[in-house]
Amino acid sequence: MTRGEFKTLLTGLAFTSPWIIGFLIFTLYPVGASIYYSFCDYDVLSSPVWIGGLNYQDMLTDAVFWKSLRNTFYYAAVALPLGMVLSLLVAVLLNNSVVGRPAFRTFFFLPSLVPAVALAMLWLWIFNGKFGLLNFALDRCWINLGHFVTWVAHFFHKTVPWPQAAMPNWLADEKWTMPAIVITSLWGIGGTVVIYLAALQDVSRELYESAMIDGANAWHKLRHITLPMISPVIFFNMIMGIIGALQVFSGPYIMFGGGGPNRSALFYAVYIYQNAFEYNQMGYASAMAWILFLIILVLTWLATRATRKHVYYAGE
Amino acid sequence: MKNFFSKLIIYFLLISGSAIFLVPLFWMMSTALKPIDQTMSMPPTWIPYRLYAEIDGKPVSVNKAETITAPAVIITVDETGEKRIVTPDQIVKGKIVTRTKTGESVKQAVTVVREVPASKEAPWIRVIPEDVMAVIQAGKGDARLASQWEVVPQGSLVKKTALRWDNFGKAVAAMKYFPMYLKNTLILCVLTVIGTVFSSALAAYGFARVPWRGRNKAFLLALATMMIPFPVVMVPIYCMFKSVGWIGTLRPLWVGSFCAGAFNVFLLRQFFMTIPKDLSDAARIDGCNEFRIFWQIILPLCRPALMVVGLFQFMGTWNDFLGPLIYLTNQKDFTLALGLQFFQSQQGGTEWHYLMAASTLVVLPIIVLFFFTQKTFIEGISMTGLKG
Repeated sequence: MTRGEFKTLLTGLAFTSPWIIGFLIFTLYPVGASIYYSFCDYDVLSSPVWIGGLNYQDMLTDAVFWKSLRNTFYYAAVALPLGMVLSLLVAVLLNNSVVGRPAFRTFFFLPSLVPAVALAMLWLWIFNGKFGLLNFALDRCWINLGHFVTWVAHFFHKTVPWPQAAMPNWLADEKWTMPAIVITSLWGIGGTVVIYLAALQDVSRELYESAMIDGANAWHKLRHITLPMISPVIFFNMIMGIIGALQVFSGPYIMFGGGGPNRSALFYAVYIYQNAFEYNQMGYASAMAWILFLIILVLTWLATRATRKHVYYAGE
Repeated sequence: MKNFFSKLIIYFLLISGSAIFLVPLFWMMSTALKPIDQTMSMPPTWIPYRLYAEIDGKPVSVNKAETITAPAVIITVDETGEKRIVTPDQIVKGKIVTRTKTGESVKQAVTVVREVPASKEAPWIRVIPEDVMAVIQAGKGDARLASQWEVVPQGSLVKKTALRWDNFGKAVAAMKYFPMYLKNTLILCVLTVIGTVFSSALAAYGFARVPWRGRNKAFLLALATMMIPFPVVMVPIYCMFKSVGWIGTLRPLWVGSFCAGAFNVFLLRQFFMTIPKDLSDAARIDGCNEFRIFWQIILPLCRPALMVVGLFQFMGTWNDFLGPLIYLTNQKDFTLALGLQFFQSQQGGTEWHYLMAASTLVVLPIIVLFFFTQKTFIEGISMTGLKG
């Protein structure tokens, strides 16, 4: 190494030092310690005691662990695709030359700015069983649908008995807690809409024009130009979505505290938090965190493999 | 024609869609400006109002108590002076039968104040003047106040839009340490924004513009760390802060921001790389050292990117819930997010007007910030989400 090279190395290290220090203190050491803790019985008050793979073994028989895992998967499997389709739909709509596009974009985007705590508060109120706005709206829709159906049936000289529907008890019924959380998550898709819209606006006009000449209709254009052209963005957001969905914490924790009725809204990250800071089982919490990491790695890998053929990179 | 219809459908979808997205926000603010009885009404009250009834010839702002749909009589019990509403057949020879607390039936002489000719078609409403209601709700009511109500025909009530701005003051008072929460949040926001912007700019410069040996490998490592979920490092970092005695202080919440995070470094590095190399070379020939090039040439050129990083960090700190939840133990140290959750868990979620007022206070600064920095915001979001 020449003197000059050495000097550059020193300069480089000096500039990069905030990251290097951060990496050592807040990543490398914690990752190592966390692997170690995951094989220990550790309650913070006394020093960790090595117990081998017992934490991992315990997980197998811990029904709550499996429940939290299932809830989290359910959430990821429902909220993620729904969110992606919905935000893509809104972005495609906005990408038409509509009057007032910036205003519409702002409207869809605003809810995603609401801090998690305020968001949870607001939706607790909207889902309220007695005075909640959502059930009021659903009830109205149901009644109006009834009016419509009876009106149509009247034409055919029939009568349709329209039952009164029992509105879901979103927060107290274990069947409905997960859908409730999915709904709150869909309210925050604004960020993704903005991302997709930016990607859509980058797609070259010429592609659409030449497709028009070839007689393509709107669906063809969407299917064969728009989607392939923005597929890298969709893919990137899908991966980030998977990673994010599996770590969801604040919303469910604030709305349902310990996990709601029959732990139906107990998320994986919430259960890790409970183990670590409520039950003082730092070892078990760390072991769970590592399983989460593994799951994320596997899912990311699978997602990459499954979509490889469908993602189009213009540079390649 | 076909074009017209597709336009129609697009506008219909966009307008109804944005309405669905905005209604919850509107609902939050509308609830925040209501008195409690209007939060608990079905069908819901969209626009907060005040009811005025004519009492003694003057319009008085009142709260609704009950609706009376059958003929009734207002009486006072001679012995106690208590004012009541009874059905006409309850009065027998100027007396009514009351069940006492011990379960016996007693006959009490009453005086009829007035008859209420209410029916299903023309209901009457029992109303309580709002100032009386406030005293009763504060728990300071006495028997004299308890009889200060009136019964008026429903049709005579006048509705006027009225926003209860004082809900905000009351919510703040009910949260007890609100000014402290705000102060803590602002301190954290300022410190983390400074820390993040400065440290990630430095590190990004090191990765983008200083060709040191091993740089690319280190950068790959930085990218790889982004995959690590927070729960993995959560426990050891907590234990680390505990061992230096920082639990229960604000320090764990901002110290980390002075160590550049991989994501921001990545973002800024992309930006730094777009600036032509000639610029630095020219400065170097003029005798600038590397830090001056960074500070005086590159940074000013990268203002938009730095703004994005700073803005997002501000949002992140303002919204953060898990961090404060883990590290803060004294109520006086809480941030707004944690304080709001604490307020909700404490009062059990019944006074929705105060909860929504408090939530509005937490949301509003972010929304105002958004309107002032809209361009940076939108650009930033697109920038962070487009990296394929």
